[in-house]
Amino acid sequence: MAFVPGQPVTAVVERIEIQKLFQGENLILGFSIGGGIDQDPGQNPFSEDKADKGIYVTRISPGGPADVAGLRIGDKIMQVNGWDMTMVTHDHARKKLTKKSEHVVRLLVTRKSLEEVVKHSMGRP
Amino acid sequence: MKGGLLRPKGKPGSFLPWRSARLPAGSQVDVSSAGARRVAFKPDCRRLPDSAGLLSRPIDRTSLHETALAVWPPPFQRSSSRRDCVAMDTESTYSGYSYYSGRSRGSHRHGERSRDRHKSRSKDSRSEKSVTINTPPAEPLLGDSSVRGEPVQDDNWGETTTAVTGTSEHSLSQEDIVRITKDLEDSVGLNCRRYLTRTLAVILGILVLLTPLAFLVLPHLLWPDKLEPCGTACEGLYISVAFKLLILLLAVWGLFFRPPRASLPRVFAFRALLSVLVLLFVISYWLFYAVRILEVQDPDYKGIVQYAVSLVDALLFIHYLAVVLLELRQLQPCFSVCVTRSTDGETRHYNLGQLSIQRAALAIIEHYYSDFPVHNPALLSASKSRAAKHLAGLKVYNVDGEFPAASAEGPGPGNNAAAGLAHSQSRAMIAAAARRRDTSHNELYYEEAEHERRVRKRKARLVVAVEEAFTHIKRMQEEEQKKSPGDVMDPREAAQAIFPSMARALQKYLRTTKQQHCHSMESIQQHLAFCITNNMTPKAFLESYLTPGPTLQYNRDRWLARHWTLISEASVTSGLRDGSVFLLKCVDFSLVIAAKRIPFVQMSEEYIDPKSHKFVLRLQSETSV
Repeated sequence: MAFVPGQPVTAVVERIEIQKLFQGENLILGFSIGGGIDQDPGQNPFSEDKADKGIYVTRISPGGPADVAGLRIGDKIMQVNGWDMTMVTHDHARKKLTKKSEHVVRLLVTRKSLEEVVKHSMGRP
Repeated sequence: MKGGLLRPKGKPGSFLPWRSARLPAGSQVDVSSAGARRVAFKPDCRRLPDSAGLLSRPIDRTSLHETALAVWPPPFQRSSSRRDCVAMDTESTYSGYSYYSGRSRGSHRHGERSRDRHKSRSKDSRSEKSVTINTPPAEPLLGDSSVRGEPVQDDNWGETTTAVTGTSEHSLSQEDIVRITKDLEDSVGLNCRRYLTRTLAVILGILVLLTPLAFLVLPHLLWPDKLEPCGTACEGLYISVAFKLLILLLAVWGLFFRPPRASLPRVFAFRALLSVLVLLFVISYWLFYAVRILEVQDPDYKGIVQYAVSLVDALLFIHYLAVVLLELRQLQPCFSVCVTRSTDGETRHYNLGQLSIQRAALAIIEHYYSDFPVHNPALLSASKSRAAKHLAGLKVYNVDGEFPAASAEGPGPGNNAAAGLAHSQSRAMIAAAARRRDTSHNELYYEEAEHERRVRKRKARLVVAVEEAFTHIKRMQEEEQKKSPGDVMDPREAAQAIFPSMARALQKYLRTTKQQHCHSMESIQQHLAFCITNNMTPKAFLESYLTPGPTLQYNRDRWLARHWTLISEASVTSGLRDGSVFLLKCVDFSLVIAAKRIPFVQMSEEYIDPKSHKFVLRLQSETSV
């Protein structure tokens, strides 16, 4: 998942659709995000490339909507409902995820294991 | 006509063309020439070095009025005399004088001219409760026939009768009182009143101090044989009486026998109360003594001595009460007053405690003398001439009007048609003035910029000249003095020697900043000698000319007003309240004073454990969504 500046980013992504849950008067998704272009990428435990300033999933509440939908801890979120998440601030990412008007969130996430799966399947003709 | 059209563009350095170009053609009215006229007007009739009061003689005032008008340049006079419907600044100054003269003529019908103290009383209208404050060093004004208390000499007792306690809110009765007291003053001579107060105070003081001694001595005189001998206990009590009386004497001297700062218009309520209290107290003690001891001829001398000691103790406690009421109560700040000078808007804020309005006014006047820069009427001429120019270009012509006159520039002699016409005319003038493209703001901006530059240039020349002058003299040491006694000068001569080299630059600078009437040659030389004596640098010498200082710094004849009039809607002995407004008026200007209560502060505490200050680096934030 290393990216070369100036080159388009290519990644194997999984599409995950999460239904927001009403908790009280809040709509929650059931996970926590970390990262962003205004954060320190060196402290990200999930990223392979310590210069990667993308948005990562840092915690998933068990049994929550994200868990049910198949999001895993350590996933890097590439898109949210079509909005790019690879070059955004932390707050921008939060805003795009927590829009009150949207009850469904469609994420494109990528993880290391996906690439291996693809390589594996391609390596075995 | 506007100078802006003639201003050469793109030439920031040339001052001269600007000045001549900007004089509006055909008008003799502009700031610089008005300033020059002020210089010629310097021996201002108002500034008579008359410590007894500037506005004493009504006859003089009318003549003042006329002389003032005669000297003032004709254009102003023409315009001001015809523009009666519009209140202009220039006109209001003179109408004020004629107002004074008329009123003083009217109210001095007693013919009491000798009392030149009370002239401003004449301008007090009967409807407003305005009273007079005189500040020293003029002879303080007084007049109190009310009871005096604890050896309270004070000339601070204003004029009053016994009826005045300052608590009556009925406006009519207070007016009557004011009128009565004014009449009282008219009848009683000035010196007589002051001495009367003093003698009453001293008499009461002597009475109070001698009473315990009398209590002790009378039994020995009247029934010496029946008295029980009283041993060491009595002697101890004698000593205590003696020392307590001594302390009481010193305390009373310290608190009450101070030189009076001012003479206030009304009686000081607390002092009157205290004096009444003391008198009642002493009288009751005497009554008891007379009835129970003198008549019965009580042989128990120790009891009598203890009675005298209790009297002295009680007097000391009353003195303590006096200290608390008179001195301590107003120390805690309670009100924030905003003092504004009406002519140029200088504003200061002070914190005062709980005071009556007259005492607050006195405190404010004392602050005024030390905080406010001196009042310089020459600086106000610019805005007045601008105000004149605003309406100078407009004339109202009545084309098909009801008057025989074809042109009318103001309201005619008051009749209803004229009044209605005046209204419509002034409305027309206002509308026309609003519509025309007024570029006076342009003029003001450039004038101010040029003035700024001129002042700075003159200041630079002045600083250089003074520094150079100061290098010409050198302080001689002791040894050198003995060695060459040749050309040695004392400070005054040294000042006179170096003064000519800086005189011209200084004079030009003072003219530019319109301060030349504040400083005379004599005073400048004195100041120079003072600075030389105290080893001050040229910058220190110049400081008093570069910035206008407080009023007291200048000569006495610059003080202009030591006689102030307090104008207030509430009674002047009532306390300050939130939102109370009053005026302190003197000859040239007035101080507008508004009081506001300092809000009640609600403070709560929060304890922080010193060990609770812990920090983490926050470089990776995690948000749950």
